[in-house]
Amino acid sequence: MSTVRIAGVGLTLFGAHADRAGRELFAAAALAAFDDAGVDRTAVDQLNYGNFMGALAEHQGHQAPLMAEAAGLQCPATRYEEACASAGVAVREGVRAIRSGEADVILAGGMERMTTLDTSRVTAALAIAADELYEVRAGVTFPSAYALMAQAYFERFGGSREELAHIAVKNHANAVDNEFAQYQKEITVEQALDSPPVATPLHLYDACPITDGASAVLLVSEAYADEHNIDAPVSITGSGQGGDNLALQDRTEIAQTPATTAAAEEAYADADISADDVDFAEVHDCFTIAEVLAIESLGLFEPGEGISAAREGKTTADGEVPINLSGGLKAKGHPVGATGGSQIVEVTRLLRGDHPNSEAVDDATVGLTHNAGGTVASAVVHVLEANQ
Amino acid sequence: MTEHITEQPATYDEWLDAIENGEAFYLESPAGHGSLPPRRVCPHSGSTDLIQEPLPEIGAVETYTVVHVAAEKFNDDTPYVSAVVDFGPVALTGILRGVDPEAVAVGDEVTVTVEPRETTDDRLVVFRPA
Repeated sequence: MSTVRIAGVGLTLFGAHADRAGRELFAAAALAAFDDAGVDRTAVDQLNYGNFMGALAEHQGHQAPLMAEAAGLQCPATRYEEACASAGVAVREGVRAIRSGEADVILAGGMERMTTLDTSRVTAALAIAADELYEVRAGVTFPSAYALMAQAYFERFGGSREELAHIAVKNHANAVDNEFAQYQKEITVEQALDSPPVATPLHLYDACPITDGASAVLLVSEAYADEHNIDAPVSITGSGQGGDNLALQDRTEIAQTPATTAAAEEAYADADISADDVDFAEVHDCFTIAEVLAIESLGLFEPGEGISAAREGKTTADGEVPINLSGGLKAKGHPVGATGGSQIVEVTRLLRGDHPNSEAVDDATVGLTHNAGGTVASAVVHVLEANQ
Repeated sequence: MTEHITEQPATYDEWLDAIENGEAFYLESPAGHGSLPPRRVCPHSGSTDLIQEPLPEIGAVETYTVVHVAAEKFNDDTPYVSAVVDFGPVALTGILRGVDPEAVAVGDEVTVTVEPRETTDDRLVVFRPA
């Protein structure tokens, strides 16, 4: 199977961009990726674009060709929608297209505008990724859905709000030096515990912020990289995707996320590695409890042990498996349809040594991305490796 | 080419109507798995032979949360208790009323009913203490 190389990566600052249209945000990320890659825009075979709620936030459907135009591309473009895993799927389908031999150069990534909506409207917009009949009409929001998962986890394995707070504190600490992060500031456990409740046991500081932003990753075949003498020191060596029932009520398991496990098992087998080989990971921490569920379902920690990993220093920058060195969705921000691409950007920069937090993983060769949709009814996992 | 299939086991609104009339049901496949309408295929067995069976009257809270920040169509309902309740063959999601939110516990026994939302007056799946 042919290797897929990452030739270049680009991001916008994550945050509130009231005066920037979505097309301009994506163009900025795309141009940064081309600049990073040193590849001409005319080489692109297709654009794989992730976006979730553009029809609600910007009243803009049919976004993919618009984004291709904005980025200066003349190629077919397709939007991938898998809620918060949209860009993860866009990258995965790019990897598959290159491996199949049908494409050599693919721009993948995504964009989301969210700050165009006030809090109750953005809450309603995000909720459409849940089951409309059985969850949304019953008053379930995304924070409350993850709160239901958190309570189920606490019931089964034990856990406390303080342990969740340590995850928020860790991810904020990691974001301080990340020039693309929405919150480049530290917080304390006390601040997190004292923040107002959103859906118990989750409080405001357990939740990722509302974010505008874009990500872009230029994927090339190994043959293209060699032929054009492109410096692409990081490869995607494994890709996997898993699924589950959309509604929590229909699942056999609420305190664990089997879709993540399925995606990870496929990605590990694809890359011919095991969970023990993973040096660090960017995981989908839309809420603090989501990081717990992710690192357990990825096989990085045993069930019931993920809750205390941040407090015990196992997942901090100097820990045995640093998690979310970018700041994660929690502190770096979560422009929903861009996040999966952003995770690839961050792991690439960390492995290349040009990330502000690269020192924490200077001996690392294997990084992981985990991007989840909804309450993990979709999960996409990628294994990235520094070329030996 | 098979004939057009027009009859379905039940619609979502018929399911709500049935709860309101005290005749709550779920869909059962020949292997005994439960699911909810609208549905043509049993998600567990793959069977398309689904029949209506009475929903057990008492369910147990599987997990819950007290919601303080809601979507706009639930703004006047806050704070409210969301719960997933296990009725055996199926679990349901709804709002738990008639309880002290601070005193809810996993395992609490409840019944299901349909009541109006406070914000919009739309029909809502509601649990009440058994």
